[in-house]
Amino acid sequence: MSVAEAPVARAVVRGASSGARVREILFPAALLMCIAFAMLALVVLLVDVAVDGIPVLSADFLTRFPSQIFPERSGIQSALVGTLLLMAVCAVFIVPVGTATAIYLEEYADNNRWWNRLIEVNIQNLAAVPSIVYGILGLAFLVRGPLELGRVVLAGALTLGLLVLPVVIIVGREAIRAVPSSIREGSMALGATQWQTIWKQILPGALPGIATGVILALSRAIGETAPLIVVGAAAFARFNPNDLTNDPFSALPIQILAWVQDPQDEFRALAAGAILVLLFLLLLMNAGAIYLRNRFEQKW
Amino acid sequence: MKSRMWLFIGPVSVLALVGAACGGQQGSSGGGGGGDLSGTIQVDGSSTVQPFAQAAAELFQEENPNVRITVGGAGTGDGFERFCRGETEIADASRAIEAEEQEACEKQDIETEQVPVANDGIAVVTNKQLQVDCMTTDELKKLFGPDAKATTYKDVNAKFPATPAKLFTPGEESGTFDFFTEEALETDAEQRTEGVQTSADDNQLVTGVSGTPGGIGYFGYSFFEQNRDKLNAVAIDGGEGCTPPSAETIQNGSYKPLGRQIFMYPSKKAMQRPEVAEFMRFTTENAPRIAEAAQIVPLTGEQVSEAERAVQGLSGRQ
Repeated sequence: MSVAEAPVARAVVRGASSGARVREILFPAALLMCIAFAMLALVVLLVDVAVDGIPVLSADFLTRFPSQIFPERSGIQSALVGTLLLMAVCAVFIVPVGTATAIYLEEYADNNRWWNRLIEVNIQNLAAVPSIVYGILGLAFLVRGPLELGRVVLAGALTLGLLVLPVVIIVGREAIRAVPSSIREGSMALGATQWQTIWKQILPGALPGIATGVILALSRAIGETAPLIVVGAAAFARFNPNDLTNDPFSALPIQILAWVQDPQDEFRALAAGAILVLLFLLLLMNAGAIYLRNRFEQKW
Repeated sequence: MKSRMWLFIGPVSVLALVGAACGGQQGSSGGGGGGDLSGTIQVDGSSTVQPFAQAAAELFQEENPNVRITVGGAGTGDGFERFCRGETEIADASRAIEAEEQEACEKQDIETEQVPVANDGIAVVTNKQLQVDCMTTDELKKLFGPDAKATTYKDVNAKFPATPAKLFTPGEESGTFDFFTEEALETDAEQRTEGVQTSADDNQLVTGVSGTPGGIGYFGYSFFEQNRDKLNAVAIDGGEGCTPPSAETIQNGSYKPLGRQIFMYPSKKAMQRPEVAEFMRFTTENAPRIAEAAQIVPLTGEQVSEAERAVQGLSGRQ
């Protein structure tokens, strides 16, 4: 009986396996097509920008100010300095606020209380709010309204800070959660207070993760254009801001936008050059994040 | 463990130092200039006026390196909004201030006056072979309007040749597009979408129109002037007969509706500051030279004196 049935069973298996084999090939092929499509679009974009932009890149391009009359003597100094200042002030703002919020939510907040859950849900939602909304918020509360900072670096940096704060908090919480509870309990068992445990054990352990989050947040902030337009960054400035609270400022994305809108070819090349500088800064920051993660990540 | 704190402090302080260093460097290099005026002037408004304002700022700063001028291109409406809140010293505008805006300004005690700085016009251009010399605004609507169905010029006007029309226009992001759709088509930034090639690069529009039989398009008048040999300009009939575009017809206002003046609105309060008054004086006095640098149609001598009078009135030197 078993002898008679065996060939039938084998035939069924063989039939299934030939169909499965085709699928086995088709599925990865489809996946590969998707990657190829995404990569192709990216490569086309990068090559296009590089072809236009590389000819204008030079040390002078970085140190000159933009010029309407002589595009060939134009540069991005004011935009570059504006962007670096924005990032620095933004970092000074989001590191303490983001880290503190993450520590509170992970170490202190009682999840059974409705307000803590409300805060959590809101932070998740805020991460998905369109950036222009943060720009309007910045305009209404920072530039005008209660704080009345004016159209200055501080207002721009705080607006960008609010925009990326949810990212810092979410990544920070994950980093803190990754510190095993045995470390906490060990520290407590040895008589440390909660403050000492957080400061001496948990924070140092979570720091690489938090730092990565901050850098990723800044890489999002550096390319943001819409909120800066609303807050009132200038498209054209032939000077650098001397201080954070009085001077108007420009920024790289705004400068790029202004040049792209100019119909003359020369300005489009300048825009491509500025895009390359912005991409370089972005890659530098992401490389920094990867380095930090690999170098300092702790295996518990 | 302690060294890990540098993960934060390190990058942040490097960023801060670089920023501060660049900021500081500029401060010292700015100190060696010739003019003794200083201060900050913020200009914002129409993106059509932006190239003019930027060229003016650049030329002015060559003589007065300590005056710090920013120029934005938020659009005429947003420019007035900021101006009437006292956030900017000068508003750029491609149209006259509206009553509502004037009221908003008065509420904040901001007085202003219209200062014409240049002329702006759009040329409708065709392929050299095409025999279409004059179009009314209605005919433009039949060809460029959002509901336009015409495929040949004959569909627009029985007197026109039966050549298929090929349209080349600037894209939505351009001020020229806004001006054309508003003034010629009388729509809110809308034109025909099907069968129209758009480009942000005016050179491509020239290539398109001049290389396609039946090609028609529009762009800034000064750009047509530079490509006069490759294109025909269509005279426009805005109700008072066919008027060809020229520096003269745009300047005297007869090129309707595609010619206009563009303006700056300085605040009277800000004009009491010497740097603002001097910047406006410089801008009006050199308006034709600045317009040339920014590649737009300059003011006439008469318009310059009108602008100078407005500036003098505002600076309180009656």
